[in-house]
Amino acid sequence: MADDKLYGVLAEFTDPAALFTACEQVRDQGFKNWDAHTPYPVHGLDGAMGMKPSSVPWIALVSGLSGAAGGFLLQTWVSVSAWPLVISGKPLFAWQAFVPVTFECGVLAAALGALIGMLFLNRLPMHYNPLFSSARFEAASDDRFFISIEASDPSFDAEQTGSFLEGLGASHVELVKE
Amino acid sequence: MGHHVKLPTVEELQLPADHPWRNVPKIGMTLGLVCFAVAWFAGGDHHQFLFAYLAAFLFTLGLALGSLFFTLFQHAASAGWSVVVRRTAENLMAPLPVFILLFLPIFFGRHELYHHWMDLEHAKHDPILVGKAPFLNEGFWMIRAAVYLSVWTVLSWWFRSNSVAQDTEGGEAITRKLQVTSYPGVIAFGLTITFAGIDWAMSLDPHWYSTMWGVYYFANSIVSAFALLGLTLLLLRERGVLEGVVTKEHYHDIGKFVFAFTVFWAYIGFSQYFLIWYANIPEETMFYSHRGGSWSNLGAALMVGHFAIPFLFLMGRSIKRYAPTLKAACIWVIVFCFLDIYYVVMPTHYKYGFSFGLTELLCLVGMVSIYAAVATRFMASAALVPHGDPRLKESLAFTNF
Repeated sequence: MADDKLYGVLAEFTDPAALFTACEQVRDQGFKNWDAHTPYPVHGLDGAMGMKPSSVPWIALVSGLSGAAGGFLLQTWVSVSAWPLVISGKPLFAWQAFVPVTFECGVLAAALGALIGMLFLNRLPMHYNPLFSSARFEAASDDRFFISIEASDPSFDAEQTGSFLEGLGASHVELVKE
Repeated sequence: MGHHVKLPTVEELQLPADHPWRNVPKIGMTLGLVCFAVAWFAGGDHHQFLFAYLAAFLFTLGLALGSLFFTLFQHAASAGWSVVVRRTAENLMAPLPVFILLFLPIFFGRHELYHHWMDLEHAKHDPILVGKAPFLNEGFWMIRAAVYLSVWTVLSWWFRSNSVAQDTEGGEAITRKLQVTSYPGVIAFGLTITFAGIDWAMSLDPHWYSTMWGVYYFANSIVSAFALLGLTLLLLRERGVLEGVVTKEHYHDIGKFVFAFTVFWAYIGFSQYFLIWYANIPEETMFYSHRGGSWSNLGAALMVGHFAIPFLFLMGRSIKRYAPTLKAACIWVIVFCFLDIYYVVMPTHYKYGFSFGLTELLCLVGMVSIYAAVATRFMASAALVPHGDPRLKESLAFTNF
């Protein structure tokens, strides 16, 4: 497939310290559409990549509060109007009795909101990524560290970006096709 | 990777010679004794003084016991992150032996505070109190008080003096010794704080009982102690003490503890209320019926101020990492921890509604002053960080995700 579009450039590093400083350089060059790939979490890499705080906590907060409110309203509606039953002499609207279920609904909705929000923001599940066409990229789950810069980035240039990454100490740089 | 740890010198880890807290031992001790004297001689009747004193005592004791618990479970968990803040907790628990002296007014006032069950003439006509007499009797109460106070004295002395000894000796041996002894220490702590809560607060209302009482007092003590730990470190930082040693990463974790145990307190407080509300048995509901009238306003204020507001406020990450907001939260939480103890103790005296007078204020200020005096004395007597701990570097380099 000779007319394959260029996806981006992939640079391989042999140790996390080199990757860390390279990430800081890529960040300071103003690249936007790029990522780092490591076999294990590297402390502080989000700062070196200049990543903004995730919005998952806000999604979890909103969904948790909605879940709690929904749980409370459901119990109120059931006990007060849909099927009024006097239980152990308590008033129909006995808010004390609603607290445990309200709490659990809040926790459940917050957890689901956090999970779904995380998947959505990470664009998961993603079954294919052009980087998988690189044979060396398999080592990203073993003992190598990678930076990929996508061709869609405004400052991307196939030759210059590649040599820029080589200058940062990459042990191997290759172009990846779509 | 950003983990370039600069080891501070031993001089940097001392309370500076010109630090105003070096004057607190003298001022605090004088102020405390003056406050108690004024409250006793110039205040209302002695009955009121004793109850006000008991409330202040249980609150301040909670601060010290919570700090003891922090120290114990950091050792039990072999925690690395907390090494740079652990000495401050040790200094805040170190006044525990002084509570033997502070307990004396309660000891001598026991017949006024606990007259329902301590007066045999009164108790023998009451079948419920006769049934509880094997536990609630004067002699056994005194023996138990002696046991609690001795256990706390031994624990606070053992864990602080060994930690200070490690400053000069270094090495892993002391760390291992403290970790191994922290396990029985936690058990002894759990039992003593539970029964102390029962003996000194729950027995004010001897017909009433709650099986969650001990953990309720524990929960309140822990929240107040975490908030005090955060506040103490933030106040030290305002004059540049421990700058670059205790970082916002550590404040963040202390803030998480305040947040988590605020939730824990609410969980325990609500569970206690919920079961009593559901069962609706007079001998259980009497606790809340004795806190009717304007006392119920304080009860509602606790739900909002001891739980809802700090819960929502402390939820955010940046709130816990920014010194002014964390400081405000710590002060707020400590105030409500006192109000919680006040809500527990004082309705036994003010049966007809909420009241807070000069005697209560003097007792609180007096107790806290003496506590602060002893704690700052310990702060001045050794380094503010256990720099002989082998996990010091790990603690200095600690970062949150």
